[in-house]
Amino acid sequence: MSKFVYVTYIRTTPQKLWDALTKPEFIKQYWFDMTQESEWKKGASWAMKFSDGRVADAGEVLEIDPPRHLALKWRNEFRPELKDEGYSRCTYDLERDGDIMKLTVTHTIEKEGAKFIEAVSGGWPRILASLKSLLEAGASLPRSHQAPQT
Amino acid sequence: MSMDAVFKALADTSRRELLDRLHARNGQTLNELCEQMDMTRQAVTKHLDILEDANLIATVKKGREKEHYLNPVPINEIAERWIGKYERGRLKALSDLKRSLEREDT
Repeated sequence: MSKFVYVTYIRTTPQKLWDALTKPEFIKQYWFDMTQESEWKKGASWAMKFSDGRVADAGEVLEIDPPRHLALKWRNEFRPELKDEGYSRCTYDLERDGDIMKLTVTHTIEKEGAKFIEAVSGGWPRILASLKSLLEAGASLPRSHQAPQT
Repeated sequence: MSMDAVFKALADTSRRELLDRLHARNGQTLNELCEQMDMTRQAVTKHLDILEDANLIATVKKGREKEHYLNPVPINEIAERWIGKYERGRLKALSDLKRSLEREDT
């Protein structure tokens, strides 16, 4: 199994953080200009799209408990070598820690040494840094608008 | 989660070695990490606590044990603070050059 766990602390409210993770117009501001589409209900389909509308990644909502927990079934759709590795599982856990929010992102896939995990692990720290900046200072980071060149 | 805590945590060879071990293989337990470190279990535990307080590692409970994951988010925040958006490419080219030159030497 390949797995990573990322944690960031953000000075915001549970609802604002949840909205930032699930509302397309919010996501676009800190996620390499990409959006995510879903009805955000258990069993609903989920897709991440490039700004030109092409599907980058897709899957479904496995578990949802706003504004605390979200689990997505997630597969890359545009790089055959990553798509071949099958579905991964990505979870968000939001916890209050004093007056700040602790966001834990866990991304796992069955395969050992998966290329998929390597690929997304380059993006997550930048996405989370930009999300933090957007929620705390009202502006995302410029570099989070270009996808990592890997 | 201050940047002071991150720099203090990084200012120690043993703690950087622990991060290197997790970089090599993520998700190790205390026992696994102790096997590779030349220090007492108590010392390793203390270093891991400092790293976790600085948010440089994240832990996940698994049965009676805890798995430790390298959390590069604070290091990325440091990089974002001082590395401008146009410099990244040049810095990468320099570090690639350094790596290839040093490899030739050995």
